[in-house]
Amino acid sequence: MSDTFEVAGRKLSSRLIIGTGKYKTYQENAEAAEAAGAEMVTVAVRRVNLTDKDQPMLVDFLDPEKYIYLPNTAGCFTAEDAIRTLRLAREAGGWELVKLEVLSDQKTLYPDMEETLRAAKLLIKEGFDVMVYCSDDPVYARKLEEAGCCAIMPLGSLIGSGLGVMNPVNIRLIVEQSSVPVIVDAGVGTASDAAVAMELGCDGVLMNTAIAEAKDPILMASAMKHAVIAGREAYLAGRMPKKRYADPSSPLAGLI
Amino acid sequence: MDITVNGDQKRLEAPLTVEGLLAVLELEPRKIAIERNMEIVPKSLYGETQLRDGDKIEIVQFVGGG
Repeated sequence: MSDTFEVAGRKLSSRLIIGTGKYKTYQENAEAAEAAGAEMVTVAVRRVNLTDKDQPMLVDFLDPEKYIYLPNTAGCFTAEDAIRTLRLAREAGGWELVKLEVLSDQKTLYPDMEETLRAAKLLIKEGFDVMVYCSDDPVYARKLEEAGCCAIMPLGSLIGSGLGVMNPVNIRLIVEQSSVPVIVDAGVGTASDAAVAMELGCDGVLMNTAIAEAKDPILMASAMKHAVIAGREAYLAGRMPKKRYADPSSPLAGLI
Repeated sequence: MDITVNGDQKRLEAPLTVEGLLAVLELEPRKIAIERNMEIVPKSLYGETQLRDGDKIEIVQFVGGG
């Protein structure tokens, strides 16, 4: 069965997008990406270390020809910071597809939705394809889609918290109203969280810490791959209705 | 002349282009992006962009991130 989804004209068959932060080494990161079956990875834009040029480089481990690089604006707290970062990313990589996140404070890293919407509009005007990290507020999600964002990426819970999907009702509302892909970004802690997101009808899941900080990141990457597939298939299969009382699986007729 | 590269002061003895600066720093242009006084310097202009006293240069690359 071919079950793909499309973001800004790019067809993806893997619904698991992974971050490349917090791994012990880029080598471990590369092995995790392989085990996750990821086709898209998020990356950050940072100053080149001019004093130690022998430091390993991400591009030497995760080939940009093999993985779609999704530059992010992690650490940006204003629209201007985010736009500056992504202009540099476009120059470094030559691609327009980006992940926008504009954060509000260090403690929660909760998205500042007013700034996020403002930045999204400016970036889209400059020709960027914007996948946007956002709160699970369906109203802002709709505004972001109307502004032209190519994917809506609500948090399951706070970045790096591993608390899972805290507000499944809102995630479902966003899924139902959106005509662009909805990807749960942030908050996934373990495989069942990823499955929950997919069972809600999300098009994909984006995660970093859940894999990178697992005791065995490569095994967790594999678990996440299977969880995303399982959740997706369960969603497509259509779950049985919930009932308050038992319903026997064996026939009552012919009972001795 | 003095310029700032990634937040650090750097003294240049002779006039230099952006391309020349990259050669001095032993950096491959392919993997990076450069900002000069908050403006992107397109890769195609590295050879003709002369650095001036007081320039603030940022040189960035992709690193691991979530």
